[in-house]
Amino acid sequence: MTSITIDHFLFLGAILFTIGVLGIFLNKKNVIIILMSVELILLAVNINFIAFSSFLGDISGQIFAMFTLTVAAAEAAIGLAILVVFFRNLGSIEVEKIRKLKG
Amino acid sequence: MSLRMQNNLLAIFMMPEITLVLLTTIILLIGLFQKKNSFSNVTNLSVIALFFVFFLIYLNREFSFASYNYFFKSSLLIQFFKSIVVLGSIASIIISKSYFEELKLSRFEIPVLISFSTLGMLILISSNDLISMYLGIELQSLTLYVVAAIKRDSIQSAESGVKYFVLGALSSGILLYGCSLIYGFTGTTNFEEIRLSLISINHLSLGIIFGLVFVLVGLAFKVSAVPFHMWTPDVYEGAPTSITAFFAIVPKVSAVAIIYRFCLEPFGNFYSEWSQIIIFLSISSMFLGAIAAIAQQSIKRLLAYSSIGHVGYILIGLASANAAGIKGVIIYMLIYVVMNIAIFSIILSLKNNNSYIEKISELSGLSKSKPIISLSIAIIMLSLAGIPPFAGFFGKFYIFIAAVEADLIFLAVLGVISSVISAYYYLRIIKVLYFDEVDDCNYQSIITSQSLVLLICAILFLSFFVFYPSVFVTIGTTISLDFFQ
Repeated sequence: MTSITIDHFLFLGAILFTIGVLGIFLNKKNVIIILMSVELILLAVNINFIAFSSFLGDISGQIFAMFTLTVAAAEAAIGLAILVVFFRNLGSIEVEKIRKLKG
Repeated sequence: MSLRMQNNLLAIFMMPEITLVLLTTIILLIGLFQKKNSFSNVTNLSVIALFFVFFLIYLNREFSFASYNYFFKSSLLIQFFKSIVVLGSIASIIISKSYFEELKLSRFEIPVLISFSTLGMLILISSNDLISMYLGIELQSLTLYVVAAIKRDSIQSAESGVKYFVLGALSSGILLYGCSLIYGFTGTTNFEEIRLSLISINHLSLGIIFGLVFVLVGLAFKVSAVPFHMWTPDVYEGAPTSITAFFAIVPKVSAVAIIYRFCLEPFGNFYSEWSQIIIFLSISSMFLGAIAAIAQQSIKRLLAYSSIGHVGYILIGLASANAAGIKGVIIYMLIYVVMNIAIFSIILSLKNNNSYIEKISELSGLSKSKPIISLSIAIIMLSLAGIPPFAGFFGKFYIFIAAVEADLIFLAVLGVISSVISAYYYLRIIKVLYFDEVDDCNYQSIITSQSLVLLICAILFLSFFVFYPSVFVTIGTTISLDFFQ
């Protein structure tokens, strides 16, 4: 039986991070999905921090993860607020509607 | 309360960042509870508060409480960039006041948000730890997302807010992923300890290189270097012009300061690892800034590409990584900020047929009715293009000297070529001003006395820099020697 090493955690973090980034770029439908992808990226980073912190026996990674959680909450709040403004103007939150500014 | 505790408290209140937090919160409350004229009063109060903070930064007192010196650092370079940021915020608040009132956008939140963003930049510039760097970047960006979308009834403004938010959040996520890798493979988040730990390992493992690249990508988003620039033209165009002025003047300074410090402090001994990335960013920014701006019709988009090009030149100084590079970037940054204050104070005060000017073609015939303003625009454009004897030339001159001293002659040559290409679109504006056919136009300039004073000072600075460059060269040399001692 193999035990779980730090590589497994890093691999999980990398997979979640990649899914998050792809979610931002490949998504054609809905801006809410972009917000979810951003959260996924931040959570992937948190997994990295916690895993490193636990394996190094160093506390600052966990402190960093706490700060990241707080910032993620603030970021989601501001993102949703901007989205509400956008929806009021356009009546839709489709990604393809974001095309007024081009040149 | 004992005397010692009182002294401690006084010392804490003399810290620029803490003073700014307290004053901004008080100003926010004043704006909230005042019924009439809240925008005007809050604007004036924030200017006063920021001036006070500037003097505290100038005094540069020593602080040592809690973990302050672990998370933050003080040096002449940091002090210089902090003062530029604060002065730039003051200038952008002053020049945008009448525009906001004219546009019926006079919400008292705007100067408060700008002050909080300035606070984030001060934290970012002086950070000495990955945690404080990330929190500074986030405080800066979160407020910038809000001010980009502040004109709530405009589709453009909302759309620029969404674009800025999505790409900004992505870049912060990438930066954070890089921070986690650097933390994991060096075991610490402090810049100084990262440097020592890297020296003891003496080579960069794959994990650290990945972390370095991710952090640099995140920071390149913030300075809008090509290929991470795509948000810049859209956000500049969509946001209200006074907010664009703030975007162009201030956040660039803080992002440039942290990208310099991040490369030269923790990774100072591993020049060969990051220099290729910086050189690539620099060359592509210079050329995209020069070529993409040629076809632009909108002034704001043109200034966006112009600022991308300027970031390219600024990164040459980092790629040189020597004392001359630091000296060059200090002079360049100062001149860049002054040029942007000047051009935006004109754009924010000039009206044609009762609407603010957005397109370049609307400037035609300005030289007939407003000769002094069109002369000022011509001086600023020549300076942006880097034509002697105006100040912009000296910024580029010292940057290219640094590149030559660091044996990066090809970079200096490419810089000269791209600045020749970019001269085309700056000179085109002068051509439109002086030689284009005049159609019906009715120019008015409504400029407040404060921003007129700023504009005159900026124009005098740009025109007569040639007579006293030694003042600024001395400042630059002192700071660069202090940085590399």
